[in-house]
Amino acid sequence: MTEQSELTRSRVGAAWLFLAPMLFLLLLVAGWPLLRTIWFGFTDANLSDLSQWKFIGIANYLADENGKWVGLLVDPEWWRAVWNTVYFAVISVTLETVLGMIIALVLNASFPGRAIVRTAVLIPWAVPTIVSAKMWSWMLNDQFGIVNDALMKLGLIAHPLAWTANPDLSMIAVIMVDVWKTTPFMALLLLAGLQMLPSDCYEAARVDGINPIKVFFKVTLPLVRPAVMVAVIFRALDALRIFDLIYVLTSNSKDTMSMSVYARQQLVDFQEVGYGSAASTLLFTTVGLLIVLYMVVGRVRFDKE
Amino acid sequence: MKRILGLTGLYLLVAVIIFYAVFPFYYAIVSSLKPASQLFRLEYFPTAWAWDNYISVFREQPFAQNILNSLIVSISVVALSIFLGVTAAYALGRVQFRGRGMLLMVILGVSMFPQVAVLSGMFELVRWFGLYNNLLSLTLSYMTFTIPFTVWVLTTFMRGLPKELEEAAIMDGANPWTIITRVFMPLLWPALVTTGLLAFIAAWNEFLFALTFTLTNTQRTVPVAIALITGSSVHELPWGNIMAASVIVTVPVVVLVLIFQRRIVSGLTAGAVKG
Repeated sequence: MTEQSELTRSRVGAAWLFLAPMLFLLLLVAGWPLLRTIWFGFTDANLSDLSQWKFIGIANYLADENGKWVGLLVDPEWWRAVWNTVYFAVISVTLETVLGMIIALVLNASFPGRAIVRTAVLIPWAVPTIVSAKMWSWMLNDQFGIVNDALMKLGLIAHPLAWTANPDLSMIAVIMVDVWKTTPFMALLLLAGLQMLPSDCYEAARVDGINPIKVFFKVTLPLVRPAVMVAVIFRALDALRIFDLIYVLTSNSKDTMSMSVYARQQLVDFQEVGYGSAASTLLFTTVGLLIVLYMVVGRVRFDKE
Repeated sequence: MKRILGLTGLYLLVAVIIFYAVFPFYYAIVSSLKPASQLFRLEYFPTAWAWDNYISVFREQPFAQNILNSLIVSISVVALSIFLGVTAAYALGRVQFRGRGMLLMVILGVSMFPQVAVLSGMFELVRWFGLYNNLLSLTLSYMTFTIPFTVWVLTTFMRGLPKELEEAAIMDGANPWTIITRVFMPLLWPALVTTGLLAFIAAWNEFLFALTFTLTNTQRTVPVAIALITGSSVHELPWGNIMAASVIVTVPVVVLVLIFQRRIVSGLTAGAVKG
């Protein structure tokens, strides 16, 4: 008995020893920089010399400057970025879920040539984000773009459109590229969910001769809902931090600027580390609250099962 | 009759999906093979095979150096995260100890937080270490996103290995290090391929840190180099070069993904669905 606990104790000791390198690096490159960013948010630090800063309280967030409110919380550009990010996340994740579900259902059916579809669908996922942004900005080029050409030949538009420059269209362009790039990931997650479903429900439904669309909404969807929720939450958290696609496709345009693009512009382009860190902290807090909410809700459901 | 109609519908849908998924990359290849004189003539099928763009992309900027940089960063990231991932996954997957569930939750949380949230703190850290405009700054910062999923996927896999193997090894007097390297490693290789590939792709594609922590053309990685290709003016981007560069960096990734597609799909779903 004592020998057993001796063994257990030495195993736990070894476990911490084996965890130590990973934990050390994670604290160094994630924990510490995160704390510093939050701290910088309360200072007037500048990128040119990060050792010179003054604690200024919440002045980056909100301050009274000669009777006028200034700071992040009253900056219309920040709120524009928040709106852009939320709008982008909601629309793109919704489209990706619907399209991803259609592709997953097709991949879940057995037909000759299924492997080819699965392979083709992986290509957008494998293309680097920067490359997909460049590929699409070439295809969406206002004068020489193939998208304008195809739409004009089909008679859907009369003149070529300036997809990435026109303020009314640039967000649509961003969403279009993101949907192309990430729908495959969604489809694969949903397919994994579909493949775990028991097949007897379907056989029962088929024997009863129920319409396949009705089967999808009454049988498949309720059963696959947990997998859909997980995929949607993963994608939504990913969409809220979007940076590279928007930065490359429309650069620092106000019409599409996301929270991450805004924070980086303040931090690097304007060298305002204090203000930019405050913006990063707000984004982090938003995402963090959503993660906590998800984990709490997930745990509650997990315990019930 | 109804069956034939259904089958036609299915194959029509399949054709649309394949076209949608493949066409943009196909069109990039077609554009990259056009000589400059024909680039602005719209064509849906290749008419000429000219390698001009592929030559000029290497001549007009240090693109070979950029590729080498990307390789150095990605390979070092893979090696480091696999080492840290395997050791940590042994502890998290095979040993019962207090705080284990909490630790896994924290690691999962790290994988989801926005990169920009660590940007200013990381910038300060990089300067402290004197690594600004140095590839090591990228290896270090990429650990923020490769460690979490490497640890998660390997822990999930490690948990599934039979307990008897380890017990037998303990009976024979093997220490944990021997158990990992001699007993588990040979069984772990499918999971190592998966996590290694995912880490490689993530590092190869990363943009925000690479854009912020490197300054000169010769230290840039491929995504940053492609994003910053400019012509004589903003309105005269050298699209031929950009498309050629895009094809060069994408083909290896696409080939890797297609070869290992089963492994990658299982890795992605293990990281997400079980999270």
